[in-house]
Amino acid sequence: MITLSNRNGLKSLPYKDKQLHEEKVFKDPVHRYVHVQDRVIWDLIATPEFQRLRRIKQLGTSYLTFHGAEHSRFSHSLGVYEIVRRIIGNFENRDDWNNDERLLCLCAALLHDLGHGPFSHSFEKVFKLDHEHFTQQIILGETTIHTILERVEPGFSQKVADVIDKTYEDKLVVSLISSQIDADRMDYLQRDAYFTGVSYGHFDMERILRVMRPLEDQLVIKSSGMHAVEDYIMSRYQMYWQVYFHPVTRSAEVILSKILHRAKYLFETNYTFKLQPFHFISFFNENVGLSDYLKLDESIVFYYFQLWQEEDDAILKDLCERFINRRLFKYIEFNPNQQMNEWMELYKLFQEAGINPDYYLEVDSSSDLPYDFYRPGEDDERLPINLLMPDGSLKELSRNSDIVESISGKKRTDHKLYFPADFLKRLSDDIPVKQRIMDLLNFEQPLEGEGEHAD
Amino acid sequence: MLTNHARLMQFFAAANEITGRKKLQKMIYILQHCNMPFEEKYEFHFYGPYSEELSLRVEELCNLGFITEEKETKSNYVQYHYQITGDGVDFLNQFHMDMPDMTEHITLLQRKSSRFLELVSTMYYFDGLPEDDIVRKIHTVKPKQKYTDWEIDEAFRFIREINPVQ
Repeated sequence: MITLSNRNGLKSLPYKDKQLHEEKVFKDPVHRYVHVQDRVIWDLIATPEFQRLRRIKQLGTSYLTFHGAEHSRFSHSLGVYEIVRRIIGNFENRDDWNNDERLLCLCAALLHDLGHGPFSHSFEKVFKLDHEHFTQQIILGETTIHTILERVEPGFSQKVADVIDKTYEDKLVVSLISSQIDADRMDYLQRDAYFTGVSYGHFDMERILRVMRPLEDQLVIKSSGMHAVEDYIMSRYQMYWQVYFHPVTRSAEVILSKILHRAKYLFETNYTFKLQPFHFISFFNENVGLSDYLKLDESIVFYYFQLWQEEDDAILKDLCERFINRRLFKYIEFNPNQQMNEWMELYKLFQEAGINPDYYLEVDSSSDLPYDFYRPGEDDERLPINLLMPDGSLKELSRNSDIVESISGKKRTDHKLYFPADFLKRLSDDIPVKQRIMDLLNFEQPLEGEGEHAD
Repeated sequence: MLTNHARLMQFFAAANEITGRKKLQKMIYILQHCNMPFEEKYEFHFYGPYSEELSLRVEELCNLGFITEEKETKSNYVQYHYQITGDGVDFLNQFHMDMPDMTEHITLLQRKSSRFLELVSTMYYFDGLPEDDIVRKIHTVKPKQKYTDWEIDEAFRFIREINPVQ
């Protein structure tokens, strides 16, 4: 690497090694401080593409269930960076750790969620997008981020993109950001627990970081730290079912998806919007370029939802009003195995009652696999968490831990049927199908989601 | 909810029997790249493109009784077999949808091993790259598989055969 002399004859460091004159810190409620010493990291944080993450909530619609959940992908990205910084600080001088990969790890950690858009889950489904594709495009395309990464060294942006894409040659580097016990999960579990205010989701990260070791191409955990890892696995299990798959959040997500579907349908059928939906046009056409993608953040989405409440189309207007004012769909438990015929009947009854079931009747499914280990030959391609035993051998976590074994490989699925109870209650009793709808949806019982403002 | 399930059911109906979860995963991924309208989202896992969504939908179809999953214990691993049931056929008859004919593609894929389909799907994952870079990537992400030059050439030939527009 060439080093340049400055006017005073002192050699200045190459960009990749440049340090800030003074360490910068971000105050952080989860990790207390996020420390930045590298010039490259400081410059990346300042880019428009990274600052955009401030305007995208980490948990999408969860704020409608947990009012504290307003934190952004910006703070999560800083958190993942900080955890990786601490891990590789511990790894320095250990065998099997190549400290030349330090800056690459930090950049990949910081940028791993760069391609997320507003309410990613719904947008990706409706408009057939993939945030990972946009992460790659932002890193490799004509962006400020790309320019900074290429200043580090030519081809560095490709390396960062490969780490995030999990195709980088050094699997140990990939594992830091993407494995069953990675910095990404360790940050989001703690951060989401903190901001939602739930009591689960906490585990002893300091302990896990102390017992984490690089071993050939994987991260392993010293067996003495097994109980801290058990706590982490259980906290993940709890967070999925208590926060991420909360039925009220899913109700908001169902409505959000229906709004996007309806707006797309109207656009395709030449409906005249009161204001041309400029920001959405490439999304409706399913041909979204990078610059259009980067322009669409949550503030823009809410702006259109506000406007669409004034539209002439009754469905779009109603759905937007529901989303903005949190007038969500109610739900009942649904067992597809036994109730598929009832669903088909309800679909027809809704049509007869003049309620469009494509927008007002939805089965939503959630599923999680809390921890799984690799099974040779028939894997689902998750790498196991390996414990480093005192004799130097490795033992897969679930074979040593009864707690983890009890939830290993167990996929839990939950289905709910969502519908607008307020609409149905207001149906005239003269509508012949009303009673049958009420019976099928079990209206005699108090409905779930009714009056539910928090967990 | 049901459209994506119905598409998979069309696949199981056309395939008759699928042996191996890995093979199933890679077949659907390759069919996506042959412009078949499967919408399951794939990510690159350590051993190639893999879809959690697909694995969930298959489990749901089993729970619904539309397909069966038979578990066969081999010497050091377990292998799964999938087949459509009578209820599955009834469901397909009720749920009309337009789907391109994929019988020929499925027949070609069925004849190949899961190791080979893993190679092909990984090559598709890098399909924006020049051929030399794809080969380099294969060796980088799958060093333990030790794919030979012959296998890689065969995979390129197979891709041209199954999807001539590529």
